[in-house]
Amino acid sequence: MKTYYNPDDLKNFGKIGEFQKPMADKFFEYYGEVFKEGALTAREKSLIALAVAHAIQCPYCIDAYTVDTMEKGCDEEQMMEAVHVAAAIRGGASLVHSTQMMNKVKEISM
Amino acid sequence: MKSLKAQQHPLSKIAYELEVLDAPVNGVKFADKLSESDLFPLKPTQIDILQINMGKMCNQVCKHCHVDAEPDRKEIMTKETMNQCLNVIKNSTIKTVDLTGGAPEMNPEFRWFIEEIRKISEDIEIIVRCNLTIILANPKYHDLPEFYRKHRLEVVSSLPYFTATKTDSQRGDGVFEKSIKALKMLNDAGYGKEDSELKLNLVYNPSGAFLPAEQSGLENEFKKRLKNGYEIEFNSLFTITNLPISRFLEYLLRSENFDNYMEKLLEAYNPVAAANVMCRNTISVGWDGFLYDCDFNQMLELKVDATSSQHISEWNQKALVEREIILKQHCFGCTAGAGSSCGGATA
Ligand code: SF4
Ligand code: SF4
Repeated sequence: MKTYYNPDDLKNFGKIGEFQKPMADKFFEYYGEVFKEGALTAREKSLIALAVAHAIQCPYCIDAYTVDTMEKGCDEEQMMEAVHVAAAIRGGASLVHSTQMMNKVKEISM
Repeated sequence: MKSLKAQQHPLSKIAYELEVLDAPVNGVKFADKLSESDLFPLKPTQIDILQINMGKMCNQVCKHCHVDAEPDRKEIMTKETMNQCLNVIKNSTIKTVDLTGGAPEMNPEFRWFIEEIRKISEDIEIIVRCNLTIILANPKYHDLPEFYRKHRLEVVSSLPYFTATKTDSQRGDGVFEKSIKALKMLNDAGYGKEDSELKLNLVYNPSGAFLPAEQSGLENEFKKRLKNGYEIEFNSLFTITNLPISRFLEYLLRSENFDNYMEKLLEAYNPVAAANVMCRNTISVGWDGFLYDCDFNQMLELKVDATSSQHISEWNQKALVEREIILKQHCFGCTAGAGSSCGGATA
């Protein structure tokens, strides 16, 4: 069956330089730098990445950062809490816009 | 949960297991990678550690066990073989005796053997790989922490995680709670305190088809969680990679994770870890006295490639130091990422 997403494509991420090498090289160098242990630990960064992966709903990133968080020693509870953070922000982002709706309602209502 | 042997599983036949482990990973053999790192043929550096497998009998039946241990296994070391080990300890360069199993404490001669080693040397380092729950398994084992303390054994114990769910899913129902009780008993005997000579080290291994976390970061997390949650202290955490043999291999094949896992190990190959693999300074002794490069090769029945010295009774240090180490694809588990050994990361 043909699908838009193929799990094996994740392994080919590193090959995007085939069409535009300098930019890919810069991107991967930056990517590597971002995920290094810094003011945040590599573990904390991996949990953030897992949460963001769910927020942007990227199946490749979800696969990759599920494995990565486990390889950073996180457990299921911590991983699910990270996803709830993403869900809370996404839900909150919708809900906070309701203030605009409320303003408009008040503006045009007698 | 039953052992592969009790289930008469095809993987309990070593020839079949070796066949699975002979297949190249993406066309690459472990020996090829070592050649690239100028490490082939792999030779020992010296022999510092004698790791003795006192038997395959164990009170637990962990899902990943490379020994395929369980309570009904009958293979245990005899006093005669222990005497041959003592002879080697007396007359060789061995600095560390590392006792493993199964549960080594279930061997009826366990305590006698340790007392005899201590008679030979007060200084030799003795490690016992204690699965923790054995201490609570029977009243006759309740005084083990005191026995370890008396003979200044280093205790190395598996605790796959600081939560019950993850620990029990790998090691069996109720194992976490019992392990915590046993750790408390070890702490009470003086083990695991920051400046204590009595070392209590824990072993983490991933509960599935993924690589272990970075050792020092995870150690901090374990220390925090065990201290805050249970008032437990320990010295170091060793992170260990699951090697694709025996029950873990069966899991990998059954869950269709085998190919991906082997590729992951290959991708993570680290030449520094390869230079430091534990078989370069260790000899592993089987329950029946035969000699192996490591406990994994022992389970695969790959005796040392030193024909004049394949049994502890015919120990020939020169032949052993000059031998070539026998390598198969499971060896990729020792060289992935930060490396893996019975003492944790190697790179
Ligand atoms: S405690 Fe150790 S020897 Fe016993 S079953 Fe578990 S892994 Fe195997
Ligand atoms: S599995 Fe054994 S022989 Fe192979 S590299 Fe590891 S320690 Fe050495």
